[in-house]
Parts: sequence; C-alpha cells; structure tokens
Amino acid sequence: MLKRVHFGPSVLPFLLVAPQIIITIVFFVWPASQALYQSLLIQDAFGLRTEFVWFENFEVLFDDEHYLGTFQRTVVFSVLVASISMGFSLILAAMADRVIKGAMAYRTLLIWPYAVAPVVAGALWVFMLDPTLGIVTYGLAAMGYEWNHKLNGVEAMTLVVIAAAWKQVAYNFLFFLAGMQSIPKSLIEAAAIDGAGPIRRFWTIIFPLISPTTFFLMVVNIVYAFFETFGIVHAITQGGPAKSTEILVYKVFNDGFVGLDLGGSAAQSVILMAMVIALTVVQFRYIEKKVEY
Amino acid sequence: MIENRPIITLISHVTLILGVAIIAFPIWVTFVAATHDAVRMVQVPLPLWPGDQFFENLEQAVVRGIAGGGDLGVGMMLLNSLAMAMMIAVGKIAISLLSAFAIVYFKFPFRMGFFWLIFITLMLPVEVRIIPTFEVVANLNMLNTYWGLSIPLIASATATFMFRQTFLTIPDELLEAARIDGAGPMRFFKDILLPMSRTNIAALFVILFIYGWNQYLWPLLVTTEQDMYTVVMAIKQMLETAEQAPEWNIIMMTTLLAMMPPVLVVIFMQKLFVKGLTETEK
Repeated sequence: MLKRVHFGPSVLPFLLVAPQIIITIVFFVWPASQALYQSLLIQDAFGLRTEFVWFENFEVLFDDEHYLGTFQRTVVFSVLVASISMGFSLILAAMADRVIKGAMAYRTLLIWPYAVAPVVAGALWVFMLDPTLGIVTYGLAAMGYEWNHKLNGVEAMTLVVIAAAWKQVAYNFLFFLAGMQSIPKSLIEAAAIDGAGPIRRFWTIIFPLISPTTFFLMVVNIVYAFFETFGIVHAITQGGPAKSTEILVYKVFNDGFVGLDLGGSAAQSVILMAMVIALTVVQFRYIEKKVEY
Repeated sequence: MIENRPIITLISHVTLILGVAIIAFPIWVTFVAATHDAVRMVQVPLPLWPGDQFFENLEQAVVRGIAGGGDLGVGMMLLNSLAMAMMIAVGKIAISLLSAFAIVYFKFPFRMGFFWLIFITLMLPVEVRIIPTFEVVANLNMLNTYWGLSIPLIASATATFMFRQTFLTIPDELLEAARIDGAGPMRFFKDILLPMSRTNIAALFVILFIYGWNQYLWPLLVTTEQDMYTVVMAIKQMLETAEQAPEWNIIMMTTLLAMMPPVLVVIFMQKLFVKGLTETEK
C-alpha cells in the first residue's frame, strides 16, 4: 500500500498524521480504555469509594434478567428492522430495474429519507400515530382497532420498528438497484429465450447474483439497528412502556446518564464494543472474498 | 427491455408509486400540520389538506419557538446545526486527506502502527463509549462549545481509507514528473493530489454534512445551554412539552426545518451523494 515512488523519512509525515492520531488517542483510544477499566470497578452511590472487582459487573449483567431481556429484544428488533426494510426495498428495486421510463425519478423520490435524522423520523411517526390525535390512529379506530403505543408494549415496538425500517429503505433500495443494474443483460435475455418468466428469472438469476449485496446490506442493517436507532427510541418511547422498547444502546445511555451506574454502564459499553468489532470483522472478511456462485 | 409485457410494466409502475406514497406519506402529514393553526391541530380528525398558516408558523418557529420552550426560536439552533455540520465535514476531510497522504506517499517509522490506530476508530461508534468520552470533553472544558460538538466526531477511518484508495490509483509517473520539475511533497499534494481528488472530496462532503447535521446523542450530552442547542435536539424537547400543550403546528414546522437542509442536499446533489455512499461503505 506504499507507493513504489515515495518520499523518504523526515518529520513531515509525522506532522501530517498528527491531527488524526491525536484526536484518535484523546477521543477514541483513551475513552475506550477508560470504559474497559471502569467496567472492572464498582462505585458506591455517592461516588466516594470505588472498588476493583474484576468481572463482577459482567457477572451481574449476565445474571440480570432485565439485561438478558434487553439483549433478546435488541436481536428481535434488529432482525425485524433489517428484514422489513430489506424486503420492501428489494421489491421496489426489482420493479425499478424493470421500468425504463421514470427510473431516475423513482430513485430520487425513494432515497431522500436517508437524510432524515433518526430522531426526526421518530417525530414524524409518533405524530401520525399519536394515541389521541394521530391521523393513522384515527384511521385504525375507524376500522375498529384501538391504537395506544403508550400503554401497549407490542404496539410501541411495532412503531419503533416501522420508523427505523422506513428510514433505512432508501439505503437498501440504492444498493439493491445498483446490484441489479450491474448484472449483464445477456444472462437475463438468455433465460428469457429459454422461456423463463419474470418471476422465475428473478429467483434463479437476479436474486442469486445480488447475494453479495444482500449479505453486505444485512451486516449494515444490523449495525444500523443496533447503534443508530437511539434517536428513534428516545423520541418515540424512551424505552417504555415498561421497558418494552429498551434496546442495548438505549440501556447504556439510561443506566449511565440517568441511573448513574457507571460500572454497569461501562460493562455494557465493553460488550457493545466487542459486538461492533465482531461485525466489522465479518464485514471485512466478506470484502476479501465475496459471496459468489 | 427483454420482452414487451404491458401488464407487468403497469404492475411495476403501480408498485413503485405505492412505494413512493408510503415513503412520502409521513412528510405530507408533517407539511400539512405545519400549515394549520394550533386550534385546528387539536381537532380529530386532523387535516390531510394544507391550510393557510404556513408563514405564520414559520415565523413563530424561527423567532419565538413554542410556549414553555424558553422562548427560544429555532433560528439560532439552525445556525448551530449548520456550524456543527460544516465543522465536522470540513474537519474530517482535512485530517483524513493529510493522514492518507502521509501513509501512502511516505516511508517512515510506525507507518503501519498509525494506520491500525486510525482503523480502530471504525470500531468505536460514539454510542458505545459515551460516558468516558463525555468525561474527556468535560475535563478539556469543551462543553457548550462548537469545538466540543465537532472535534470528538472528526476522526474518521472511512474517510482516510477512501482517500488512501484514491491516492493508490494515481499513477506513479505524476510524482516522478513533479519531482523532476522540482516540486516538494506539499507542493505535490496541493497542485496534483488535491485537484485529482476533487470529486471524491465533494462526494464525501455530501455524506459527512448529512452525518454531522443529524448528530443527536452527542449534542444532547455536551450542550447544556440553550443557545448551543442544535435543531435536531430541539425536536425531542418539543415532543416532551407536547404532552402538556400540544402545539403540533409549530413542532411539525420545526421538524420540517430540521430535515430540509440534508434532504435538499441529497436531492440536488444526488450524483455526488450516490458516489459518496457507495465509496465510503466499501
């Protein structure tokens, strides 16, 4: 990765990397190591005494059924967000790949939610489904369904999932469409000559050939659902009712900043970091050797 | 077109239009809410057709804000968001260009060590290390400053990787030619590398501007004074006050204002946006 023709050693390269390295050490490496260290400490309620306890915080976490519940909930949440959002975008991308007229216009109309902040997406959906005023609530009531996500945990989860999936459709659509458009037209023509209809062609040619994109999007969507949905949860439900929408990232924030349980929160941070590292490794291994047939 | 099947083409168009309608419906409802007065916005069912209060609401949102919101309009917050987004985007691009240049074009001790150190930042999103990072920023007296809002977010592995990739595709002959003409490293960087990476810089800028504008958790932690709030944060606070006095027309106007700048960037710089998105993620 070094250029064959390059400059020799001097002070200059050190000066060039210095800003990046200093910021990385001060705001990334140091805080992360602090989180590691704090996860091994227990502080009393007044912050007067700290005790080094090795892995007790982790033991407490893994014995805590609330934490395990949060874990399970996060997995369910991520799988739902990823599958709903990817399924919806896959259908739209397959259709956009077919049409010739207006394909670019459709793309423009579908990709802008990418730019909407998670908390703003939360505000949009919470307004539409407000238990007393919301327009969709009104529609549901007309059909005989009482919607109240402030009381009903399942409905709260549904709302958070919809808002999170809605925001991610743009991203998935863009990548699916790009993947489909890079498939050589001759393959599809050959199948058409052999008499395969559009649906058959989709499942036997297009879908297998975009599998690398699908896999890549799966990882990206799970990372998104795990770490970037804090704003959505914070705006819509604050983890409620009765913790039914409390996901891992929300719990780290809540235990640390609201509950002031620094050791427990740091231990949770460490677990999350391990998960990000694992996901990043998966993502990079995939780039090394793409899934192909 | 492989075959001419009008019915399937029709189905495709209908599905796409339905898809667009589902995606756009929340925005339509928001826009309609921002054009009615407060009285209309508490009568069920809420309107689905725009009213005539758009500019009144716009003025109230920008200048005065909502009742109980500390009489602070979102005008100041929009400026704060703009400053934060610009600082993050420009800062990330600047430090990443410099470090990618050093790593690709210089042979120096610890080169790979630095590379891996930068790589680590990829793995540590702010959400997983919020409390210790907050402590660092507090100790550096950077709470409630633009520096505190932006600097902790500007280290970036993805941008460094992207520029590294770009530089690696630039032919070696250019550096040889520049050397023969007597250009030093910084001259080469300024006159050859920068102009050649122009479109990459622009594409990255689009993505990073959106990223910066939409930051939520971090500004929520480091700002405690109202005149440092960003507009994205303001929405959450308005939703809280909505429990007592729902001024949905103003809240939805603020929501519109908060999402317009990045959405317009995506729509009008679509080409750069798509390029930036596909190149930073791979």
